[in-house]
Amino acid sequence: MREIQASSITDKVREMCISANVVLPGDVSARIKACHDSEPWPGAKDTLAKLIENMNIAREDSVPICQDTGLTWVGVELGQDAHVVGGGLYDAINEGVRRGYVEGYLRKSVVADPLRRKNTGDNTPAVISVEIVPGDKLAITVGPKGAGSENMSRIAMFPPSKGEKGVKEFVVESVAIAGPNPCPPIVVGVGIGGTFDKVALLAKKAVMRPVDVRSGDPYYAAMEAELLDRVNALGIGPQGFGGKTTALAVNIETWPTHIACLPVAVNINCHVARHVTAVL
Amino acid sequence: MSVKNVTAPITRDVARSLRAGDAVLLSGYIYTARDAAHARLIELDAKGGAMPFEIKDSVIYYVGPTPAKPGHVIGSAGPTTSYRMDAYAPRLIELGMTGMIGKGKRSQEVVDSMKKYGAVYFGAIGGAAALIAKRITACEPVCYEDLGAEAINRLTVKDFPVTVVIDSLGNNLYETGVKEYLAGL
Repeated sequence: MREIQASSITDKVREMCISANVVLPGDVSARIKACHDSEPWPGAKDTLAKLIENMNIAREDSVPICQDTGLTWVGVELGQDAHVVGGGLYDAINEGVRRGYVEGYLRKSVVADPLRRKNTGDNTPAVISVEIVPGDKLAITVGPKGAGSENMSRIAMFPPSKGEKGVKEFVVESVAIAGPNPCPPIVVGVGIGGTFDKVALLAKKAVMRPVDVRSGDPYYAAMEAELLDRVNALGIGPQGFGGKTTALAVNIETWPTHIACLPVAVNINCHVARHVTAVL
Repeated sequence: MSVKNVTAPITRDVARSLRAGDAVLLSGYIYTARDAAHARLIELDAKGGAMPFEIKDSVIYYVGPTPAKPGHVIGSAGPTTSYRMDAYAPRLIELGMTGMIGKGKRSQEVVDSMKKYGAVYFGAIGGAAALIAKRITACEPVCYEDLGAEAINRLTVKDFPVTVVIDSLGNNLYETGVKEYLAGL
């Protein structure tokens, strides 16, 4: 059994919270630049140029790309032959979030209770998803998630008769309804299958997947490409002012489901699609 | 594209002269307020209290910045989504506010108030928070400091880049911009 110190988890999460908010992942920045180069609509091209200028300023000045430094989503893949010592896993992650947000001059955007709404003051707690996997490593993904795009996300429990056509229509309709609100160009994370709770997590995992990684299943890889074309044909464009670049990517994650179910979830991310992964 | 230079506070006449699609460089001073501050302003107004800053001709920026690093005037400061302020905006327009800066759609009630009294809705680029912060030259607290990032501050801005999204006639760039792009295909 390999031992992993809780303090090393805290240190790594602290560092990732800061770096994720200051430096856009390479897959996202490269896609925004490519979209800028291929955007035919002048106003949209100008907006994309400003987004590139903004990401450069953030990196050079070590300041957050966006003022909404998010609720911290943390995905953990814990090897079954690894053992966390010197403290609890959840406590170690939350301590890393606390230090990262306080010491990194990041905004504290978490309220302790959804109705009584008092700010916790340190951006904790994170939303943490843990999976046990083979091996003795600990993989941590930190994805600060902004609310403007999170609020535009949707879920549907379709009957199986809705089929592929109904699922695709729901995805395109969700992007159309969101319009300018989630800060396009967006990343569209789609979950299909499982149960009511599982499908939302699938959509979250989809939105955290790099924009240049397609589904490993050719059937869904083709659907991702088709949906990206359909979403970009809506004409919403960067910031909703019109243009080709409405989305940077459509990512789909799936799971087996019940004979009577066809759950679909659409989790939307803004163009500041932050995600960083480290392996301990 | 021509760019209009506008100085805030903005009179009703100037607000009425702007058109959806206009690129504007805004200078002067504006006030920050988002969800919690709006709720307090409207609660105060309902009790008959006076606004804690000059609301007449004012421009409110929907923003909750990150904490300023040492040596910086303000942290990253891009717009938040505006519809969450739709319940409060009509009363503030009635009280004299002439400009709002945010991003995303507005309700018909807000647009009706803008048309009735003469006000303009600017869009700032959502997510361009580091770039926008460079155009803010001063940040002074006004009230509600206990709200942290949601406190009301008075910002001095120089050439703050915004676009008129909805004008006082009800023209809406979110509708016309998409239509024009699709018509040009």
